[in-house]
Amino acid sequence: MSMTLVQVVVSGLLLGAVYALFSSGLTLIWGMMNVVNFAHGDFVMLGMYTAVMIWTALGGGPWASVPAAAMVIATLGIASYFLLVRHIMRGPMLAQILGTFGLALFLRYGALWTFGANFKTLPDDLVGHSFILAGIRFEGARVLAGVVGLLVTLLLHLLLTRTALGSRMLAVSEDATAAQLMGIRPQRMQALAWGMAGAATGIAGALIATFFYTSPTVGETLAIVAFVTVSFGGFGSVLGALVAGLVIGVVESLSAYLIGPVYKDVIVYILFVAVLWFRPQGLMGKA
Amino acid sequence: MVDGMVGATRRALAAVAALAAFGLGVSAQAQQVVKIGAVYPLSGNSASTGNYAKMAFEMGADIINNGNPELAKVMPLAKGGGLPGLKGAKIQMVIADNQGTPAAGQNQTLRLITEEKVAAVICCYQSGITLTASAVAERYGIPFLNAESVAANLTERGFKWFFRTTPVAADFAKAYSTFLNEQKAAGRKVDSIAIVHENTEYGNSVSSVLADAFAKANLPVTQKIAYSANSTDVQPQVLQLKEKNPDVVIFISYTSDAILYAKTMKELNWKPAILIADDGGFNDPAFVKAMGSVTEGLISRSVFASGKPGSVAAILDDLYKKKTGGDGLDDVSARVLQAFFVMAEAINNAGSTDPAKIRDALRAVELKPEQLVAGYDGVKFDDKGQNVQASTLITQMRNGNYVSVWPKARATHELVLPYKGW
Repeated sequence: MSMTLVQVVVSGLLLGAVYALFSSGLTLIWGMMNVVNFAHGDFVMLGMYTAVMIWTALGGGPWASVPAAAMVIATLGIASYFLLVRHIMRGPMLAQILGTFGLALFLRYGALWTFGANFKTLPDDLVGHSFILAGIRFEGARVLAGVVGLLVTLLLHLLLTRTALGSRMLAVSEDATAAQLMGIRPQRMQALAWGMAGAATGIAGALIATFFYTSPTVGETLAIVAFVTVSFGGFGSVLGALVAGLVIGVVESLSAYLIGPVYKDVIVYILFVAVLWFRPQGLMGKA
Repeated sequence: MVDGMVGATRRALAAVAALAAFGLGVSAQAQQVVKIGAVYPLSGNSASTGNYAKMAFEMGADIINNGNPELAKVMPLAKGGGLPGLKGAKIQMVIADNQGTPAAGQNQTLRLITEEKVAAVICCYQSGITLTASAVAERYGIPFLNAESVAANLTERGFKWFFRTTPVAADFAKAYSTFLNEQKAAGRKVDSIAIVHENTEYGNSVSSVLADAFAKANLPVTQKIAYSANSTDVQPQVLQLKEKNPDVVIFISYTSDAILYAKTMKELNWKPAILIADDGGFNDPAFVKAMGSVTEGLISRSVFASGKPGSVAAILDDLYKKKTGGDGLDDVSARVLQAFFVMAEAINNAGSTDPAKIRDALRAVELKPEQLVAGYDGVKFDDKGQNVQASTLITQMRNGNYVSVWPKARATHELVLPYKGW
């Protein structure tokens, strides 16, 4: 394998870890409450703007912006739950789709109004320079985003599967009424899920902003990837999103490099359809 | 009681008189408003370009409606008080959002024509959108002026209502091949050229015109990479380039992808000796501001160079800086502003908002270089609606700004090669 090919695979893995990170929030909310949050991409976008503002106003790098964005977007998630989602969940599925889609448009055009349409970028050396390891070039910002992506997704997975809190959250998602009879408050668990999803999404946004451009419509571009990753990995499975993100990242990079960039989406979608053909519930979703 | 009635009558009379006076005041001004529609990307991934275009339109309309004494010396329409040919009618710009998609562009054009009753349309930035939107104007018989879409086929459709002021791909291709052959003659290596282009109307058509022109000029194109402008990642493309290591790379991109390429080339530490960005996103002020410091020596094309103080271009550049809060005119906003003035000139000469009269006036428009904000040799349309006097300059990024370096006669700076980057 040539050195360039190794570089392509490494880039794909790092990219995939980031895909996994910004998809984990989406899959968490789906798994908890069967709600597809169409505003997810715009949550990422606001996380990115939080990082941009922290840098322009205070000169702070990711050490400041990651926790800040986690808090801001977690608050946004909880607020969205109490002000919007809680109410539309009583309605038909269509109400949920239109409700969160409306929220997406509100956030997107609110950002356009507040921040303007201009593309913003953070300085390249905010996270440190790129380095070479065993002949492969690593960019500081992408490595940080990839590593944090892996950690946060794994932590979320452990929290859901290995802790009492996780069991309570899963109980609510299985049967909210039964959970209530066991002394669990469903609304509190669901709000918590929105908060955790928001925090993960905010972290993703703040990290992506270090190597990507930020604009009010960037959420659209990212949301498509998130939806593909989540359905590929299995709706509701955080670990599935992680595996799917890595697979998609590597397949995208390799097919773009070997066949041509315009074909990479075709290859990813063929793979996607193939997976859904044999496993409609996604790689790790429950049947 | 009587007093009260008299008072009431008096008040009523006074009110009627006031109303009459107000009504008279309005009718005395008796001015008509000429609506011009513009359909630009105010959202979507070219939104920043679209919003700069919007400011150019607003500034242009303000100059014609309220005047500018300095400009009035060379531009008769800048005297203020609206269009003299239409008894001082003011221009009202109706600007709609094409959202960066051909479908929205088409719908908005239809809305402006049927609902807003605009007299003419200036549209659309993206070639793919101009393609669909102009078909609507053609069907309704409304003059359609395009300021900046360069796809060759736009003027080849036999349309009767379509006009275009910008130079097109063939003009740039000629400029690039002459420029590259001059570099070759000067002893630089130009043995392999890579063309990297986004894969909609703009990128596809420009890249094929460039490839043809280079073949004719004996310039070897060794690599062609098509990609989607909405990509989340461009590392594989840059790695493909890095492996083949061409002497010259030409990018045909929009803004978001241009930013990703500039960032990724630095991340992967690769640069060619000559890097040419065919305008587009690389000339967006948002790109220049964000990436100017890591693209030192980048070559682009532009129709705009601010020029000597007191020239039309310099005065408008200053006005635009005031309007935007610091950003001067760039290649796109200058072409937009130019198209606006051409349209204003035509409507004024037509002396009417009748579409057919405006179209005939557009066909007869003839402007000299000193009356222009864009660096064309003039404005004069051929039978297909193409401005035959459109031309371009080649520019280079220096300390975060583009300066003109070619042709020599219009250059303000010496060309510096190889590409420095970061």
